[in-house]
Amino acid sequence: MLARDAWLELRGRAVFWFSAAVLLVAVAMAAFPGLFAHLGPNEACDLRMSKRGPASGALFGYDLQGCDYWSQVVHGTRASIVVGVSVTVFAMLISILLGLVGGYYGGVADAVISRLTDVFFGIPFVLGATVVLVAFPDHGIWAMTLVLVLLGWTTMTRLMRGQVIAVKDMDFVAAARMLGASDRRLMVRHILPNSVAPVIVVAMLNVGNVIAGEATLDYLGVGLQYPDVSWGLQLNIAQTFFAEHPHLLVFPALFLTATVLSFLMLGDVVRDALDPRLR
Amino acid sequence: MRYAAQRLAQAIPVFFATTFLIYAMVFALPGDPILALAGDKPVPAQVLAVMRARYHLDDPLLVQYGRYMLGVFQGDLGETFTGQPVSELLQDRWAVTAQLALTAWVFELVVGIGLGVLAGLRRGGAADTAVLAGTTFVIAVPVFVVGYTAQIVLGLNLGLFPTAGTDEGWPGSYLLPGMVLGSFGLAYVARLTRTSLVENLRADYVRTATAKGLSRRRVVGLHALRNSLIPVVTYLGVDFGNLMAGAVVTEGIFNLPGIGQQVFQSIQLQEGPVVVGVVTLLVMIFILANLAVDLLYGVLDPRIRRARA
Repeated sequence: MLARDAWLELRGRAVFWFSAAVLLVAVAMAAFPGLFAHLGPNEACDLRMSKRGPASGALFGYDLQGCDYWSQVVHGTRASIVVGVSVTVFAMLISILLGLVGGYYGGVADAVISRLTDVFFGIPFVLGATVVLVAFPDHGIWAMTLVLVLLGWTTMTRLMRGQVIAVKDMDFVAAARMLGASDRRLMVRHILPNSVAPVIVVAMLNVGNVIAGEATLDYLGVGLQYPDVSWGLQLNIAQTFFAEHPHLLVFPALFLTATVLSFLMLGDVVRDALDPRLR
Repeated sequence: MRYAAQRLAQAIPVFFATTFLIYAMVFALPGDPILALAGDKPVPAQVLAVMRARYHLDDPLLVQYGRYMLGVFQGDLGETFTGQPVSELLQDRWAVTAQLALTAWVFELVVGIGLGVLAGLRRGGAADTAVLAGTTFVIAVPVFVVGYTAQIVLGLNLGLFPTAGTDEGWPGSYLLPGMVLGSFGLAYVARLTRTSLVENLRADYVRTATAKGLSRRRVVGLHALRNSLIPVVTYLGVDFGNLMAGAVVTEGIFNLPGIGQQVFQSIQLQEGPVVVGVVTLLVMIFILANLAVDLLYGVLDPRIRRARA
């Protein structure tokens, strides 16, 4: 019922369709970069063309290595989308599990989970991630994902726990319990569907934040490394030359911002649809 | 009072667990720091043993950590592997980062709450739409892109601010970096204030106050706003720690010699003692700020105070 109402509400919002369209393009670029770029990553680069601006035949100009910048920027999409989505999915699964267990059982389990959450919540993001990533220098996309999950599951866990505590004392849960439902059935069939909506909204907003965070680590030089291609890496190189060659900064920044912005706007409209009181 | 003691009792184990985690991660960095110090030259086994003993590198990790924390509470953050005390190295840098974070924080507080109130009072109006769109945009643009754009446009092209360094001192050199650092939090504060104010303006107690004939200014300022600011205060408290830690990017762009830059260099040079020292202090600030917010709640909201008593 809630999902149906939410969909009817969403259908009428221009922002929803706009951000969904942008994300569809971004996901397509991540999955099938060949459809958009005529060159592979780091392919057919010509050092003589290094840092040249946009011209006919090269819409976005050339990067430092003289590679076609449009192709490079398109290939950069995959790192951001894969990291953003997989970090959020893993973090959400962890937080649903821990939130359910801690919120439902309370007592020692809850105390342990809550303190563990506090510990990880207290680690500053950029510094914490930098320390881990420098300790393991040979890292690709999956190591980045692991680090970002490790530092990013706490907020959603707190939210989920609070939701479970609010829901577990409601009458319908008590009714199900009196009918003889087991703890597991209560958690999965009754409490979970009624407490997960705000977590999903935060997760959508979180995808944007994770993408920005991953780009920040690349930009600082501790994230992905050449020959990987990502927007953060392109911005890292751009920082030295952007005063004379602004196109190096503008194009990856534009793609990055459009993607992050779309996830944020999507999260916003979904929240409005699920909870119209807030609008 | 009992509540304060209880919160403190929770915060202490969290502090030790977090700092131990950082300590373990940093000293799990691969590579022997003593060998790194010598560069390409071979190190005689005897020298190596003496050096390792001097820095207690062969003790169990927990013992090393315990010895280190004892030192921290006496104001001793240890030495770098070249023999310089870490606290001396950081002395001047703390001031830079603190000034930067404080500038950003005040900016967030004043402009953020101002924009939020402006938008919340006229929900659906032009100002509201502009604030919502603007803040979403600011949240979406990564801070280093904001930084470079601001540096080029406001600093280089328009010449309104110095572009780098701390030559002009506070506030001149810190205004632009502070605004860049605070931009994300500002957008967040504005949205939080707006949502919270909108909700409260619809509450029964506001209708009652209006019905009793109170002026709009009094209803909003004294009743609705005070209640609306509770979540905002929470965020602002937590965010101060984030600003100190997040300064690494802003300091890099504007070339401010703060702790962020120092710790970043140290991580790459495997200067473990500096990294642990800085992060330990940051975690301490972060936990203290959280604690202060929790205690401040009671002052702001008598309902919370009574419920806890």
